[in-house]
Amino acid sequence: MAALELKTISKHFGAIEALSHVDFALERGEIVGLMGDNGAGKSTLVKIIAGNFPPSGGTILLEGRPVHFHKPGDARAAGIEVVYQDLALCNNLTASANVFLAREKTRGFGPFRILDNRAMNERSRELFAELKSETRPAETVRMMSGGQRQAVAIARTHLSQARIVLMDEPTAAISVRQVAEVLDLLRRLREQGMAIVLISHRMPDVFEVADRVVVLRRGRKVADKPIQDSSPEEVTGLITGAIGTA
Amino acid sequence: MKTAGESFIGKMIAAQPFWVTVAVLVICAVMTYLQPASFPTADNFFNITRNFAYIGIMALGMMAVIITGGIDLSVGSVMGLAGIICGLVLQAGYPWWLAVLAGLGAGALCGIVNGVLIAYVGLPSFVVTLGMLAAARSFAVVLSENKMIYEFGPDGDMFIAIGGGEILGLSNMVWLLVAMTLVFGFVFRFTPWGRHLYAIGGNEAAARLAGVPVNRIKLQAYILCALTSAIAAIMVVGWQGSAINALGTGYELRVIASAVIGGANLMGGEGGAFAAFIGATLIEVIRNSLLMAGIDSNWQGAFVGAFIVLAVLLERIRGSRTD
Repeated sequence: MAALELKTISKHFGAIEALSHVDFALERGEIVGLMGDNGAGKSTLVKIIAGNFPPSGGTILLEGRPVHFHKPGDARAAGIEVVYQDLALCNNLTASANVFLAREKTRGFGPFRILDNRAMNERSRELFAELKSETRPAETVRMMSGGQRQAVAIARTHLSQARIVLMDEPTAAISVRQVAEVLDLLRRLREQGMAIVLISHRMPDVFEVADRVVVLRRGRKVADKPIQDSSPEEVTGLITGAIGTA
Repeated sequence: MKTAGESFIGKMIAAQPFWVTVAVLVICAVMTYLQPASFPTADNFFNITRNFAYIGIMALGMMAVIITGGIDLSVGSVMGLAGIICGLVLQAGYPWWLAVLAGLGAGALCGIVNGVLIAYVGLPSFVVTLGMLAAARSFAVVLSENKMIYEFGPDGDMFIAIGGGEILGLSNMVWLLVAMTLVFGFVFRFTPWGRHLYAIGGNEAAARLAGVPVNRIKLQAYILCALTSAIAAIMVVGWQGSAINALGTGYELRVIASAVIGGANLMGGEGGAFAAFIGATLIEVIRNSLLMAGIDSNWQGAFVGAFIVLAVLLERIRGSRTD
């Protein structure tokens, strides 16, 4: 059974049709590359999955059960996490403070509770070790490389035991060496059985890690096939419209 | 492995409050050398500490707001309003604790108005609190009928004992500042609420996405700030034995300067309780030293202004090194 399945999802804003009858399924332990030009409907699709707004039509199935998200908190509670392009981290806090932000571990009794930094650092260290990332829990995020920041953002999703992770352009603004680091992180998440949607403009990244590629053009799905059956040339053609469907 | 920036000593030396403390000690040493008969006396120590105590108390509340990346320009006017409310309640013959509660209530109300407009309506803190600066002062003048209130009724003595009293050679206000600095320091460093203040100042959108109740915490920060102004008003009215509607005029500059000189970042996300304490100390020590050295005390403004710019400049230099 698919971890996440979208059936004939449509979304229109007034007269503008952002998505029309998109079917989309995501299995556990799978990375799906979601590609498309600006305005193709990628971010609309992500926002529907993340609960930012409901679809105009169609159904969302999670492990086979229909779900209705009214706010991002609903999607998060259902095990869906989004890692945003700008990474949404607090630069002035430590890595572990960011991982545990708004779900801090505390100790004490009754209403008298103080932060348990030791426990949070310890757990963060484990999470970073699982991701094989050299990120130090007590270091301030301001000092960190793009790859380490990405690890912090991903560790957050791990902490919440997310089953589905939407990665919005994770490699857009980082150096080549760090791109390799981030792609490794994605592979590790896949090994752990997570279902991952990789939204990216970068063709090489998608072809390196994704198992399947889905292409959107003008709100319609024009391709959905295993990565080995496609090629960067074909995907480029699909994105621009030079190739109709595949 | 720990780098220099991570060890305790390294952190301390890198922090602005450490250097401000050094500056305070150096100025005190120089003044003790120059004015051995008048500067290092028990009387002068009592005066200096009392004079920065109420500014320090307000700077603690201001610190909570500045850490979130906001600013509260209304603290001086809120202080004036809370002082007049205390005076009116005492003058009407009510007990001292009712005057204290009324003063705190007036402060809280101002804080709620500021906080709701900033956190929930989304107006800039600069504009909202500038409005409150004018409005609260105007209320104070109207309510006092532009008169000084000094006939405090039967419970006036108790009120004066609270604000004007001393314990072990230091004004009650100083002890209150010390206690509040410890409490605020604890809350800032060791509680989830404190951490969320820093998170909001660091990246408000990220804090919101993570699930931090940003609006509620910002509202609480503005209420806390206004409450510290009310506490300062209660103490100062007791100390002076009278309430005037001009109380606190221009204090917003001294309070904000204390926080910034101590090491708060006006962009948010940085600062601490000791920073508020030591910033207030430095400003008063400078003022006192100028007086002792026979320099016109009106020069104080120039020094405070120079120190604010210097503090921000230091912050900028340290920031460019780490970013």
